[in-house]
Amino acid sequence: MVKVVLKEVSKYFGKVRAVDNLNLEIKDGEFVALLGPSGCGKTTTLLMIAGIYKPTKGRIYFDNEDITDLPPKDRNIGMVFQSYALYPHMTVYNNIAFPLKLKKTPKHVIHEKVVKVARLLRIDNLLDRKPSQLSGGQQQRVALARALVKEPDVLLLDEPLSNLDAKLRIYMRAELKRLQKELKVTTIYVTHDQVEAMSMADRIAVMNQGKLQQYAEPNILYDKPANIFVAGFIGNPPMNFIEGSIMEVNGEYYFDSGVFKLKIHRSLGEMISSKTEEAILGFRPEHIKLVTTKAPNAIKGIVYVVEPLGRDMVVNIKVNDTIIKALASPEIQLTPGQQIYIILDERKIHFFNKSTGEAIV
Amino acid sequence: MRITRAVMKKIIPWLFLTPVIIFIILSWVAPVALTLYLGFTDLSIKNFLAFIRDFFTPEVHITLENFEKIFFGGDPYLPEVLKITIIYVVSVLAINAFYSLILSISIAYFLKHDYLSLFLRVSWLLPRITPGVIYALMWNWFIDPRYGMLNTLLSLAGIPKEMLPQSWLLDKPYSQILMIMVNGYIGASFGMIVYTAAIKSIPPDLINAALVDGANEFQVARHIIIPLLKWPIFFVVAWQTLSLLASYEQILLIWGAGGGGGYAGIARAAGVMVWALYSYSKAFSEYQYGYASAISVVLVVVGIALILIYFKLFGFSRLMAPSKVEV
Ligand SMILES: Nc1ncnc2c1ncn2[C@@H]1O[C@H](COP(=O)(O)OP(=O)(O)OP(=O)(O)O)[C@@H](O)[C@H]1O
Ligand SMILES: [Mg+2]
Repeated sequence: MVKVVLKEVSKYFGKVRAVDNLNLEIKDGEFVALLGPSGCGKTTTLLMIAGIYKPTKGRIYFDNEDITDLPPKDRNIGMVFQSYALYPHMTVYNNIAFPLKLKKTPKHVIHEKVVKVARLLRIDNLLDRKPSQLSGGQQQRVALARALVKEPDVLLLDEPLSNLDAKLRIYMRAELKRLQKELKVTTIYVTHDQVEAMSMADRIAVMNQGKLQQYAEPNILYDKPANIFVAGFIGNPPMNFIEGSIMEVNGEYYFDSGVFKLKIHRSLGEMISSKTEEAILGFRPEHIKLVTTKAPNAIKGIVYVVEPLGRDMVVNIKVNDTIIKALASPEIQLTPGQQIYIILDERKIHFFNKSTGEAIV
Repeated sequence: MRITRAVMKKIIPWLFLTPVIIFIILSWVAPVALTLYLGFTDLSIKNFLAFIRDFFTPEVHITLENFEKIFFGGDPYLPEVLKITIIYVVSVLAINAFYSLILSISIAYFLKHDYLSLFLRVSWLLPRITPGVIYALMWNWFIDPRYGMLNTLLSLAGIPKEMLPQSWLLDKPYSQILMIMVNGYIGASFGMIVYTAAIKSIPPDLINAALVDGANEFQVARHIIIPLLKWPIFFVVAWQTLSLLASYEQILLIWGAGGGGGYAGIARAAGVMVWALYSYSKAFSEYQYGYASAISVVLVVVGIALILIYFKLFGFSRLMAPSKVEV
């Protein structure tokens, strides 16, 4: 139960900057998700916190104590590795018991704890097996049990649920979250899966190419993405982006994409044009209203493809050469080739600086 | 006649294997058969010429005397040879299979410096790539009591003069220690090649997981690395016992270089007469071919028995995969 602080931490492998100047503070008992595409440095970050890798630069603190040079065994960390890393020569029981044996815990206490955590993770019937006799999902739960059994101060989870089937994954998400709250253990959870991150984490750190993009609560990432990367990464289907420029005509402001002009509020227009001329307009598929008749300040397009998703459908709309995705309820009858009008809610659109990618509003 | 594809498929592997099979028959099966036969004869220098002229000469008699001599105390020196052989095999095996394991773990795991580790691995390979005769000669120079470096180094290390032997070649037990060092240094490289390859193939995450679980470096070696090297260790032990049982070249090269009574006499005096060398010396310095063959036959039988035991214990297929790490 500690606070974890990373101060200007970098890790280079030769020329590769796996992690680049990362500042991160994880509060005592907080559940933080590390989210980012493959190769962005998530595992490297965990391994530095665990003490396996020494940062090339920067310091790491547990509760204000500098632990950058402390060996892994003195950090009291529980970790689930991306590859599970179960010991192939030990039974499931011995795998889970291993951290306790190293602590010289009495035998009967070990037995109690192993059985308890195994029951919790529904692997108590597998204790005599070797890891090679388990399915991927079972192996993942054994790895989780091994990380939990030592009652760690910090729990590091590297995609611990990636191999479970959908049903078990949802059960394990809830279970893990409940467990984490109950044990109040500071947790860093690595995942590719934004739904997982959004539904489980108190805060999410989005990384790309070794750099921290944004670190905030899930709803803030969604509502106020800090840059175009976060905006495009969070949300499914992803946000639509259209390049263009801001122009002023007779005191009225427009976003001009070259194909259509979108009238925007004066204060918004002034703010954007004070920062940049070239802007990128972003809006989420779920914030689009589709109408079949011409409306003021609507963007005209042609229905291209309709993908039904059950509850909703994704409508691909062709506006000149760009495809815009919109989420619509299946009640509207749409046929490809049909003309359609897109209405945007000005409170829910985003503008990004084209050269830096930073969000303007 | 048309040869179908299926038939071709069956024939072609044999076609490629034939030279090897012929070679195995000529170099292994035939000598073993001949040795086995000679073991039951009284072939010696007296009837050797007749035997060369005519394989079936009546001057060579079939007899059980050789084996009686071996098993019923007809050769008073044989128990000594047996003892030396056991000391030799067990101690060199300890170096080759277990000391080399410790070395490999130190070099491939504890030593985090890649180039230094590579350098050390290569330096342990040197004796193996040095021609045997040169290797033996180097040892002969190294141990020379007057000009050699060994005694000088040992006295520099603070070992008093009285404890150093007059002659490493002749004074027991120094000669036997020398025998073990010479063979251990060569043999260790075999185990090291197998072990370091196996250690390097252990997924780093396993070791990382153990470290995070609270193990120190020694506990990682003990609980993770060594258990994962189970099969490579079995393989090296099996392989090395067999090759050590039959080996005598280095001993012959080093103790055979002395003058006087010939290598047989020197090796005997120095207490380094191992079983295989004893057979060799019986044949080529005392010309008792029949008896020498019988001694060799015992060795072959022990070797085959060991192979069968190993296969039974560890499973044939697993032994055939030397660098397998159980992951
Ligand atoms: N031991 C290493 N040596 C060299 N480069 C490495 C090493 N470990 C990681 N890298 C590089 O560092 C970068 C970050 O790797 P990392 O494993 O942290 O990514 P990740 O975010 O965990 O990706 P994934 O989601 O695929 O697991 C990658 O470009 C990777 O190739
Ligand atoms: Mg990873």
